[in-house]
Amino acid sequence: MSETIAFKPESLAQVHKIMARYPEGRQKSALLPVLHLAQKEFGGWLDVPVMDYVAELLSIKPIEVYEVATFYTMFNMKPVGKYVLEVCRTGPCMVCGSEKILDHIRTKLNIKDGQTTEDGMFTLKPAECLGACGYAPMLQLGKFFHENLTIEKVDEILDLCREGQIALD
Amino acid sequence: MSKKLLLKDAHIEGIRYFETYRKQGGYGAAEKALKMTPDEILEEVKASGLRGRGGAGFPTGMKWSFLAKPEGVPRHLVVNADESEPGTFKDRYLMEFLPHLLIEGMLISSYCLGSNVSYIYIRGEYSWIPDILEEAIEEAKAAGFLGKNIMGTGFDCEIYVQRGGGAYICGEETALLESLEGKRGNPRLKPPFPAVKGLWERPTVVNNVESIAAIVPIIDITGAEYAKIGVGRSTGTKLISACGNINKPGVYEIDMTITVEEFIYSDEYCGGIKDGKKLKACIPGGSSVPIVPANLLLKTVNGEPRYMNYESLADGGFATGTMMGSGGFIVLDEDQCIVEHTMTLARFYNHESCGQCTPCREGTGWMYKILKKIEKGEGKMEDIDLLWDIQRKIEGNTICPLGDAAAWPVAAAIRHFRDEFEWHIKNPELSQTQNYGLAHYADPIPAVDNA
Repeated sequence: MSETIAFKPESLAQVHKIMARYPEGRQKSALLPVLHLAQKEFGGWLDVPVMDYVAELLSIKPIEVYEVATFYTMFNMKPVGKYVLEVCRTGPCMVCGSEKILDHIRTKLNIKDGQTTEDGMFTLKPAECLGACGYAPMLQLGKFFHENLTIEKVDEILDLCREGQIALD
Repeated sequence: MSKKLLLKDAHIEGIRYFETYRKQGGYGAAEKALKMTPDEILEEVKASGLRGRGGAGFPTGMKWSFLAKPEGVPRHLVVNADESEPGTFKDRYLMEFLPHLLIEGMLISSYCLGSNVSYIYIRGEYSWIPDILEEAIEEAKAAGFLGKNIMGTGFDCEIYVQRGGGAYICGEETALLESLEGKRGNPRLKPPFPAVKGLWERPTVVNNVESIAAIVPIIDITGAEYAKIGVGRSTGTKLISACGNINKPGVYEIDMTITVEEFIYSDEYCGGIKDGKKLKACIPGGSSVPIVPANLLLKTVNGEPRYMNYESLADGGFATGTMMGSGGFIVLDEDQCIVEHTMTLARFYNHESCGQCTPCREGTGWMYKILKKIEKGEGKMEDIDLLWDIQRKIEGNTICPLGDAAAWPVAAAIRHFRDEFEWHIKNPELSQTQNYGLAHYADPIPAVDNA
């Protein structure tokens, strides 16, 4: 499988740069950063052949990659939409109305938690504390946080996504 | 006006860049420290009385003095930037706006500890912050404050940023080290402690972002002067991230001599409760510390004002007090439902349990299910005692403190708000449409007029 899956040359250079941060023989430490890179480059989720490729790159066993990838919530184990809406719903966000935001998204996009819209555009992922408690409610979209949300602001974000006008990276 | 040490320059435009930071005197503490011996720096840190700002409050100087120094074995400093405790977002502020303060603190600390390669382990969801830190690292390196033979001292130091993958448990120091080694974030059994066998089994110090940033002013003004700020064993300043139903959520630096009432109601800080509502309860140190109702929050067990410091917040123990913790200050107004709030925290801890210890893996899920049932109006009276029993069986029975963190919110909610749990059970039809309001309190707390 790994013959058909390969990082772009600039990403591969990034992988080698990451591996150089650790002592000789400790290349496994690069696993999380490399998985982030892989998820970004190979469609937003980690398919088994992708994880096998990462294992090969780092000279570790595939099982060592699987057990890590499935442990951390940021790695998607199945295909996701182009825009993954991660809405925090813990404590302070709940106090500030995150459930209303979640309900609005569920209704507007006609999807349940964890589902993807039929057009493959959006996936909804309720999240447990994203460190934006003072600016709640909030959602994470790609690399960035959208904070102090209102229903209107959410609608605006969804429209911008549809128009391809929202930054993910 | 509270004394500011960490955030004194936070308002200056461009302070995240080396040039501006340097113009404000940045890296002056590093220049001073690199002329001292590592032992002299350690003595300053000890004299400052600095306590770890991640939540545990353990004396930083003492922690550093435990670091093993076997011949020929590299040592490491690892900065814990895996800030994931609900209510806590202070380290994010420091890294986002004052990255050079952290880098300078790391340089001084690395020199003191003999770490030539240090790491910042940052929670994965703070995805834009590594770029800010890496840019600051490059700037510091270009200016000769990182890299080889720093300032001609012969000391080499590299700093790398590592992103986590989204796991609260990685805020626990040994889980963090496992994660940094490319494994699942399962906490390790202690001993051995990281100071003896840490990252790759090498002696390692793991410190919170705020703790390491505080090293800069300690060297700047001396440990003795730092210790004069604050009160008792709560020396120096503390960052508090305030959120919930308040007018001015945000990150504040306090000198730990102000009262809780002043912090909540004065315009300098939280600016009072939103929409003129009454204060119902507060979790002052991040979600894992016990929640306290307004009356016990503002006054100690002896009826004296409660202060924003380690000792005063804990006054009265778990029965009446709480903890400073990480400084994640969550304020709840009279409309908030304690059962619902506790349920979301239980869901959080259940979600974040690594699953390694049975009491935590099974107990957190069980507590969440019971709380969900009660919140939906489907609970039974005996469920409250069952919840109490489960949390007691989790507390102290796990490898790491996540078990305690999951148990304490439930215990404190039942201890202080049992009548609210009972109300949900007795009024299943109402519990879906109404909240158990302040009017139900035996001893209602009047809004504090701070004018």
